[in-house]
Amino acid sequence: MARINKTKIISNRRVAPDHFLVELDAPYLARHAEPGQFVNVKVRSGEGGPLLRLPLGIHNIKKNRVSFLYKTVGTKTKLLSAKAKGETLDVLGPLGNSFDTSRAKSGAGRKALLVAGGHGVAPLFALARKLRLEKKEVELFLGACDARHLLCVKEFKQLGIKARVATECGRAGARGYVTRVLSEYLAGNAEKAENFMIYACGPKPMLAAVSAEAEKYGLSAEVSLDAYMACGIGVCLGCAVRTVHGYKLVCKDGPVFDAREIDWKSER
Amino acid sequence: MDLRIKIGGTVFKNPVWSASGTFGSGREFTEFIDVSEAGAIVAKTVTLEAREGNPPQRIVETPSGMLNSIGLENKGVEFFKQENYPFLKSVKTRVVISVAGFSAEDFAECAERASEKNFPDAIEVNLSCPNVKHGLTRGRLIAQDAGATRRTVARVRKKTGCLVIAKLTPNVTDIAEIARAAEDGGADAVSLVNTYLGMAVDAYKMKPVLGNIVGGLSGPAIKPMALRAVWEVYKAVKVPVIGMGGIMSGTDAAEFMLCGARAVQVGTANLADPAAHNRILREFREYLDENKIKKASDLTGRLQV
Repeated sequence: MARINKTKIISNRRVAPDHFLVELDAPYLARHAEPGQFVNVKVRSGEGGPLLRLPLGIHNIKKNRVSFLYKTVGTKTKLLSAKAKGETLDVLGPLGNSFDTSRAKSGAGRKALLVAGGHGVAPLFALARKLRLEKKEVELFLGACDARHLLCVKEFKQLGIKARVATECGRAGARGYVTRVLSEYLAGNAEKAENFMIYACGPKPMLAAVSAEAEKYGLSAEVSLDAYMACGIGVCLGCAVRTVHGYKLVCKDGPVFDAREIDWKSER
Repeated sequence: MDLRIKIGGTVFKNPVWSASGTFGSGREFTEFIDVSEAGAIVAKTVTLEAREGNPPQRIVETPSGMLNSIGLENKGVEFFKQENYPFLKSVKTRVVISVAGFSAEDFAECAERASEKNFPDAIEVNLSCPNVKHGLTRGRLIAQDAGATRRTVARVRKKTGCLVIAKLTPNVTDIAEIARAAEDGGADAVSLVNTYLGMAVDAYKMKPVLGNIVGGLSGPAIKPMALRAVWEVYKAVKVPVIGMGGIMSGTDAAEFMLCGARAVQVGTANLADPAAHNRILREFREYLDENKIKKASDLTGRLQV
């Protein structure tokens, strides 16, 4: 059940060009949040500040603490990046649904394939930790525009997960999109494909491509979507996404969806 | 301190109500606040048939406000009744059901279906949602046309025993004229303002931000315009005026009442903060206390001009 949490900032530091990691003292969130869920953060700076909250996916859950990995893309994220240790942060959550880790099996040859584009890697880290705790095998496919934007590689390594990397410039890992690395992996492991479960987060075109790959091999895939949000609690109907069953809400029916549910052809 | 106000013989426990479309059916907020503290819950608009709503992107924040083009997405009045009437009937405050349609007959039938014995306490006639196409009036919205407003309100009046509140659009040259037409049609009260037509543009993609291109502006940015509209309408009609438009604090609520509102509605504030409604009500009480006003109803129209 969601709550308005008055949390305290433990740290808020830059981890890559235009990427920050904020850690909060937030016992309720730490106790109740599941990988895949998100929160809606108030970054208002008094009168005349932003009106609506900022949705952020849960990146890591520790005892009494949760953290968020975010990119400074606009006004709200930039305001958040300026907040200091010790400041309070009004955080609404946990919101939305979570990744279904029971869809990833353990046992010989079985793997969860995590596919991340840019800062889409953020919620997949929390997922990876949970999967590892459940003794499941995890492969990570990580794409970014360049090497400096490859996030969390070390942290995944500490979980025993080596990242298969792609950068658009080719300076690190394969050159091009991460979906190509995934595609080659699946092609090379086609006979084992039924043992795989895909979880993906990143730009919508990437998710559409991942969905197509999954379709090709008859694999299941869960995707975490992004949408412009206002309330975050399923009231305003603002964050609609086109699915094969009509419009659904990213904040309430998602943000995690089965890839087959989404109408990838619709423009928005 | 007496917060009670009266509209058409019905007593409401206080003048701070929720605005349609921002409070769901009220149930969604029970996790965060005691929703029965609201003077009334005004539910999301229903139509006869289910509506899918507009394509994404449906909302965007703008300076001190937001544009929305939801498009009256709802599963139809019958589904709404099944899903939400048990909760709404059990909640310990007044309930206003908001209805819309494409013709006067549509509105009337929807209002008729929504009305049951002793429930709801009022029907709000959404003549003014800017996000829906109407073919049958001179203007794009029924509430942009005095004749269509009067006829629609009169039809609804015939088909329901509930209080009838006509919700007006500010996207007109003379909102007082439309308010008078609603009054002539038999409205027990008028509520204003619905959102102001607006657009947002992505200069880099060179495209409109909203899927429907045009949307409705709400939030603090519209308060000055909404206050003026309430003031004009208050002077023009005898029926009670319910005011809204960017209320974020108890003082904002008081400003609308001073301009002539008998009650107010809180909308966009709920989207920024699920606990906003009760905070605003508490601040409103503090305002009355500080200004030594014993009865909230005394505030209506008390603007010293």
